Amino acid sequence: MSEAKTLYDKIWDAHIVDEQDDGTCLVYIDRHLVHEVTSPQAFEGLRNSGRKVRRTDLTLAVADHNVPTTDRSAGIEDEESRIQVEALEKNCAEFDVELYSMDDIRQGICHVVGPEQGFTLPGTTLVCGDSHTATHGAFGSMSFGIGTSEVEHVLATQTLLLTKCRNMRVTVNGALPLGITAKDLILAVIGKIGTAGGTGAAIEFAGEAFQSLSMEGRMTVCNMTIEGGARVGMFAPDETTFEYLKGRPKSPKGGAWEMAVEYWKTLKTDEGAVFDEEIVMQAADIKPQVTWGTSPEDVTTIDGQVPNPADESDENRRNKMERSLEYMDLEAGTPMKDIKIDTAFIGSCTNSRLEDMRAAAAVAKGRKVADGVRALVVPGSGLIKELAEQEGLDQIFIEAGFEWREAGCSMCLAMNADKLAPGERSASTSNRNFEGRQGPGGRTHLVSPAMAAAAAITGHLTDVSDLD
Amino acid sequence: MEKFDKITSVAAPLPLINVDTDMIIPARFLKTIKRTGLGADLFSTLRFNEDGSDREDFVLNMPAYKDAEVLVTGENFGCGSSREHAPWALMDFGIKCVIAPSFADIFYNNSFKNGMLLIKLPPEDMDKLMDDAERGANATVTVDLEAQEITGPDGGLIKFEIDAFKKHCLLNGLDDIGLTLQKNDKIDDYEERQKAAQPW
Repeated sequence: MSEAKTLYDKIWDAHIVDEQDDGTCLVYIDRHLVHEVTSPQAFEGLRNSGRKVRRTDLTLAVADHNVPTTDRSAGIEDEESRIQVEALEKNCAEFDVELYSMDDIRQGICHVVGPEQGFTLPGTTLVCGDSHTATHGAFGSMSFGIGTSEVEHVLATQTLLLTKCRNMRVTVNGALPLGITAKDLILAVIGKIGTAGGTGAAIEFAGEAFQSLSMEGRMTVCNMTIEGGARVGMFAPDETTFEYLKGRPKSPKGGAWEMAVEYWKTLKTDEGAVFDEEIVMQAADIKPQVTWGTSPEDVTTIDGQVPNPADESDENRRNKMERSLEYMDLEAGTPMKDIKIDTAFIGSCTNSRLEDMRAAAAVAKGRKVADGVRALVVPGSGLIKELAEQEGLDQIFIEAGFEWREAGCSMCLAMNADKLAPGERSASTSNRNFEGRQGPGGRTHLVSPAMAAAAAITGHLTDVSDLD
Repeated sequence: MEKFDKITSVAAPLPLINVDTDMIIPARFLKTIKRTGLGADLFSTLRFNEDGSDREDFVLNMPAYKDAEVLVTGENFGCGSSREHAPWALMDFGIKCVIAPSFADIFYNNSFKNGMLLIKLPPEDMDKLMDDAERGANATVTVDLEAQEITGPDGGLIKFEIDAFKKHCLLNGLDDIGLTLQKNDKIDDYEERQKAAQPW
């Protein structure tokens, strides 16, 4: 009998090509997503050394960070953005990599596109030059973000040199209270472990609250694993996973599907496997979450207040809090619900899937965006946009005064034209509230899709249950 | 990749925790298709006023530190994005070594792939180094990778730990891809085995 293994151990062990004496492993990579921001220097490296892409069939490219979310027929206005997207197109043509171009309905945010196409599969190793690659762990894959040197390494060799992560499990017991979303769950976890709590770890999410989530919800959770410092976040695949994947364009077909499902069912942590760290929380304790500061760990509940730095005993943390509050222009003790917003952003690889669109639309329906508030809805892919339109969600948003846009990363990181002006404040469904993340001087409050829609309606941060 | 052996430089103190990659190099500067030139926008928000002039209170704008090759900073440095533009920007500015209590994982890996040395030290050593760094131009430190030692301005010695493989690659300026391609046969074998076991 071999010893009991975690889900992460199993996938790790199954992908070792070679192990060095010091424990560093050469690990095989099954899937590689490529986007325009972190790949040009990698392709240039291949070109300079006369190397090819080893497995074009395991590589998929899509432009997402720089693309406009308004009418695209005239191309990209910003010259640098246009050059970067054109570089991706040129590189994919030269190296024979499949690319969903800007006018392809399958185009969207790479972490939405991978799962949607069935490119992301349980038990695989999947990488991308983007920290939110953790998203794909929702399918029981070992997925993580890499830098450009590693992108080049994967393109050339289909492997990476890695050291194994420690095993960490976050369990949330009990059913999620009504109105509590995947976003609230993961923000609460980050609030508990801190932004460096998962450093060096692969986190497995377990317990009824996580297991009851849809694939969309699981992707939201895994997506933000990196905000807790962990490169890898995972769910054991189950019937919810298989049902989502069945029939997707790149999913296994026929007999291969049956064979794959049999294998995928073995991908769960063995009874008795030991984790290096265990965190246990109760679902009943979790309330709607909102951030007040400039790190995702700066989180409180919607019925809470802006915290007081004077209450923090650690000097470094107190200094950071003071700096955050100054940047956010907030006074300690202010009720979160009193904070007025200028912009609501519903989108990003965290919350731009059909379920997120539906949750926001349910709040927007029959209501109007508050005077002076700009509200953007940016679907995660062209296909999600189409599905939402078939359900009439676009009309609900437009009638309520929201802007209904084309797919892309958009105001999550403001590389395209969608950004906050200095001093503007947003309620955003994205993943990072760092200084300047949504535009220089912009101030970000991270929330769930329903709460972003509610803030758009009232003009201030709002508990959805307070709406009439 | 350039080799890293030993450097002697003033150490610039940046006593902030959780310095994220958006602070190191904001996303709007990631539109380049080159690795070079990013130093001009390093720490853009901290370093420049809105009109583009230097903020005199930012450490790397101070005459004593503008040529610093060593940065001494707080825990969880480099958290956030996977952008390799962060180490590229630091290196393009002239920083060759960052010393902190802890680093974010992806940033840590990215830095070594570019020949930049990151050193993790316990809090008591950090306090001493931060104090030294704050003394300015007269307080140079020497970082010796081979010996795994930092020599302070008063001759004080701090030993540091580093992964043996990362040290080897840095000392010799080794390119990972070249090393991996020597194992091409093993990669071929793995692909054969996987194709047989998992034909999907």
